[in-house]
Amino acid sequence: MVTSPTEETEITAQSHTTKCTSPLPVVNGASTDTSQAPVVSAVESPAADGDADGLDLSLMKKKKKKTKKAEDGDDATPAEGGGEDAAAAEDGGLDLTLKKKKKKKTTKETEDDFAKKLEALELEGKDGEEAAAAESDEQTGDMDKGTGIWEHDETKPINYEPLLDRFFALLTQKNPDHASSGAKSYKIPPPQCLREGNKKTIFANIADICKRMKRTEEHVTAYLFSELGTSGSVDGSRRLVIKGRFQQKQIENVLRKYIIEYVTCKTCRSPDTELNKGENRLYFITCNSCGSRRSVTAIKTGFSAQIGKRKKMQG
Amino acid sequence: MSIENLKTYDPFAEADEDTGKTTQAQESYIHIRIQQRNGRKTLTTVQGIPKKFDHKKILKVIKKEFACNGTIIDEAESKGMGDVIQLQGDQRNKIKDFLIDKDNGLGLKAETIKVHGF
Ligand SMILES: [Zn+2]
Repeated sequence: MVTSPTEETEITAQSHTTKCTSPLPVVNGASTDTSQAPVVSAVESPAADGDADGLDLSLMKKKKKKTKKAEDGDDATPAEGGGEDAAAAEDGGLDLTLKKKKKKKTTKETEDDFAKKLEALELEGKDGEEAAAAESDEQTGDMDKGTGIWEHDETKPINYEPLLDRFFALLTQKNPDHASSGAKSYKIPPPQCLREGNKKTIFANIADICKRMKRTEEHVTAYLFSELGTSGSVDGSRRLVIKGRFQQKQIENVLRKYIIEYVTCKTCRSPDTELNKGENRLYFITCNSCGSRRSVTAIKTGFSAQIGKRKKMQG
Repeated sequence: MSIENLKTYDPFAEADEDTGKTTQAQESYIHIRIQQRNGRKTLTTVQGIPKKFDHKKILKVIKKEFACNGTIIDEAESKGMGDVIQLQGDQRNKIKDFLIDKDNGLGLKAETIKVHGF
C-alpha cells in the first residue's frame, strides 16, 4: 500500500521526463499536446507562461492602444455599443421599452444596430477577424475549425477584438435568446393618444398593446382607470375613451407600472407570463420562461372623489 | 431602494383587502391618488393615514405648507375607506415627502406608501 503510490509517482514522473526531455515538466504537463513537439514547447512555454501571468495586462494595453490609436470610430463604437446593448438585453429589454418615450428612437436604432452587428458577426465574422488580424500581428485562424490563433495549444495572446467577436459568435450560436430576442421580443409600441374634444382622451392602440402583453383589455382598462382616477368607455373600433386629458407620456407611465406589476416575472424578468385567476379570488402570474408563480393584487379603485356628482349638485 | 428584496412586504395585506371592505380600516398601505377635475385642475387624495395621527392637524399643517386648500372626507362619506385627505392640485410628491419626513412629517415608511397615477 505504501510502496505502490510512490512507484506510480515515480513512473509518472519518469514518463513525463522521458516524453518531454525538458527541465520544466510541470509546464508541459499542463498542456498535454505539447508533448508531441517537445523541444519547441519547452523553449516557448516559459515565455508563454510569462505572458500568461501578464496576460491581462498585455491584453488591456493592446486593447487600449488599439482603440485609441488605430480605428477610434470603427473599433470603439462597436465595442461600446455592443456592451450597452448586451447589458440592455440582459435586463430583459424591459428597461428599454420602459424608457421608450425619450429613448425610443435611439434604442430602436441601437437594437437594430446590435442585431445587424450580430448578424454581421455571424456571417462575416471570419472576414472581419482576418481583416483585423492582418492589421495586428496576424491573428488569423478559423474559430470553428480551431486553427491559427484558435488552435488549442496556441500560446500567443489573442487580441481583444477577436475575443469579443468570439464571445458574440458563441453567444448567438449557443444562446440566441440572450443575444437578441430578449430585447427584441418585448417591444411594446408607444400608446397612441388622441384628444377627443376637450375633456376626453382616446387611447387608440390599446388592443395591440394588450395583445403584446398577453393581458385582457378589461384588465388593463381597469388598471388605467384606477390609476388615473377616472372612467371611460370603449368605442366602436375598440379604442379606449378615457375621461380627462392625458398625455401620451402619462399613459405610458401607467402602462409602465402595469407592466412591472402585472406582466414581468419578478424572478427572471421575462415578460412572457400569463395572468390567471387562482384559488380564492387571488390572481397569479405564471412565468412561461422560468415557471415561477407569484400572486398579484386585484385591481382596486380605492377612494375616488365624487367630482361629477358634486358638479351636478352645484349646477 | 427599488430593489425588490429590500422592500418590506406584508403578505397578508392583499388577503385582507380581498376579503372585503370591513378590513379596510386595517389596510396597511397609504394610497396617494390623483384625479382630474375640470380643465387642468386636479385633486390629490390620501387614503389610509394611520388613525393614531390627528388628521385635522395634519391637514392644517399641509394646507399651510403646500399652500393649497383641502378637506377631510370622513369615513361615512368615503364609503368605508376611512378618513381621506383631499387636497387641491397635484400634491403627490409633496405629500409623500411629508409622510416620510421624520422631523417635519409623520415619519412613515416609504414602502407603505403607494403613489398612483401618471
Ligand atoms: Zn420567470
